[in-house]
Amino acid sequence: MDLSDAKKIVILGGGQAGAQAIQSLRMGGYEGELTLIGDEPSLPYQRPPLSKAYMKGEFAEERLFFKPAAWYEDNKVELILSTPASRIDRKNQIVEMAHGAHVEYDALVIATGSRPRSLPLDGADLENVHDLRGLSDVERIQPQMVEGRNMVIIGAGYIGLEAAAVARQMGLSATVLEMAPRVLARVTSPVMSEFYEAEHRRQGVDIRTNARLARLEGKDGKVTAAILEDGTSLPADLVLVGIGILPNEELANEAGIACNNGILVDRDARTSDPRIFAAGDCASRPLVHYGRSSRLESVHNAIEQGKLAAAAILGKPRPPEDCPWFWSDQYDLKLQIAGLSQGYDQIVVRGSPEDRKFAAFYLKNGTLIAVDAVNSAPEFLASKKLIMMGAKVEPDTLSDTTVSMKDIAAAAAA
Amino acid sequence: MAKITYIDHDGTERVVEAKNGETVMEAAVKNSIPGIDADCGGACACATCHVYVDQSFMDKVGEQQEMEKSMLDFAENVQENSRLSCQITISDELDGMRVTTPESQH
Repeated sequence: MDLSDAKKIVILGGGQAGAQAIQSLRMGGYEGELTLIGDEPSLPYQRPPLSKAYMKGEFAEERLFFKPAAWYEDNKVELILSTPASRIDRKNQIVEMAHGAHVEYDALVIATGSRPRSLPLDGADLENVHDLRGLSDVERIQPQMVEGRNMVIIGAGYIGLEAAAVARQMGLSATVLEMAPRVLARVTSPVMSEFYEAEHRRQGVDIRTNARLARLEGKDGKVTAAILEDGTSLPADLVLVGIGILPNEELANEAGIACNNGILVDRDARTSDPRIFAAGDCASRPLVHYGRSSRLESVHNAIEQGKLAAAAILGKPRPPEDCPWFWSDQYDLKLQIAGLSQGYDQIVVRGSPEDRKFAAFYLKNGTLIAVDAVNSAPEFLASKKLIMMGAKVEPDTLSDTTVSMKDIAAAAAA
Repeated sequence: MAKITYIDHDGTERVVEAKNGETVMEAAVKNSIPGIDADCGGACACATCHVYVDQSFMDKVGEQQEMEKSMLDFAENVQENSRLSCQITISDELDGMRVTTPESQH
């Protein structure tokens, strides 16, 4: 469907994807009505610092915002904040909001993001038990991050481990409970899990894998301890739950738009309704470098799909689809990840974990499909290129630190 | 405060009043300067905020950390005055600085 004559565009959700769609539409010359409906009270902001520098208090709040308020005025973007949308009426092309008002659209971008999975255990609703997703969560958590207090973190994913690093740097005692036999089990290989587990232990984090949490205990409504199934009681002044996120796909689903663990979209971020697009955490998209579709929980994905949706609406050529990439900051370790490692049949390590500077490459049938690079930007950047080329690289070459990554990338491109 | 002039690859100049403490990248993004993507928001994770710094300010923009150096090594069209603009923090000293953006960040 040609939407290039659209005069009313509505963006649902003011996260990274929604903010990008707005910018790309205006930068792309769109001059019609542009409305952002978001359920949070603040201007669109970046989330990554929330579990890193911002949580630690080293990053001023105003630096979180993508654009100052004046930008939205200058660019005639109508902001409807603190307002959840309640229904998408596709027949009449309107979005209804919780307070009863509605907005018409010629094209709609659903960028509703995701929400933290909640802890299905007794005590999860006690005071000082937190999720970490938005600015308001950090506003609640941060005043409680006081030296000497006990923080219990449930889930050893990136959010949990980043928060544990911040907690230690702020002088709290930190305990991480993970159900799986290793940390980061869902997202990376045993090599990396081992490295991060050892690092956190060295920094004084009490990491407990294979941990079976039974319940949270409290006094006067406030959490006081995490109780394991074997009876162990771990004192807790505050608890952070980081056990994964769920896509906010309900509005789309209820409107009859095809969903399957995420709103299904094509390469242009278009849903099963040709006037409606979905971008970011809530969308399940084709992964062109991997021949399958999936949700991706990342900044890169949100930005790229925001751009893809805007380009499709404006009838412009499809922007490049990069290989997926991610990063995580813990202590002085910068982890940069390119590609998706699921399905690898070989791991090659370059450099040495003891040096706190190494990379794990993931190959499938000899083709490089992903890399986890710790304090190793060349390995990350070269791998991005190699993965997009679908390059086969000899394991011995990858592990040979006397051959530069630049030379490896150049040889593959030749 | 520092007045920073951003020059894009075809010579168009845009002047921005940048605040102390923010980065050259942030001042650009908040003022819609084209040519700086800054996908990672300033985490030194993506190398999409490459700029060329006015030679006369090279001694005022601070030293490159190793991470930045190795990221830049993979950018296109790197010159000796190449920097990642997310790693340059604005101060009064930078008033009047001119930076040029490359044709592409990829």
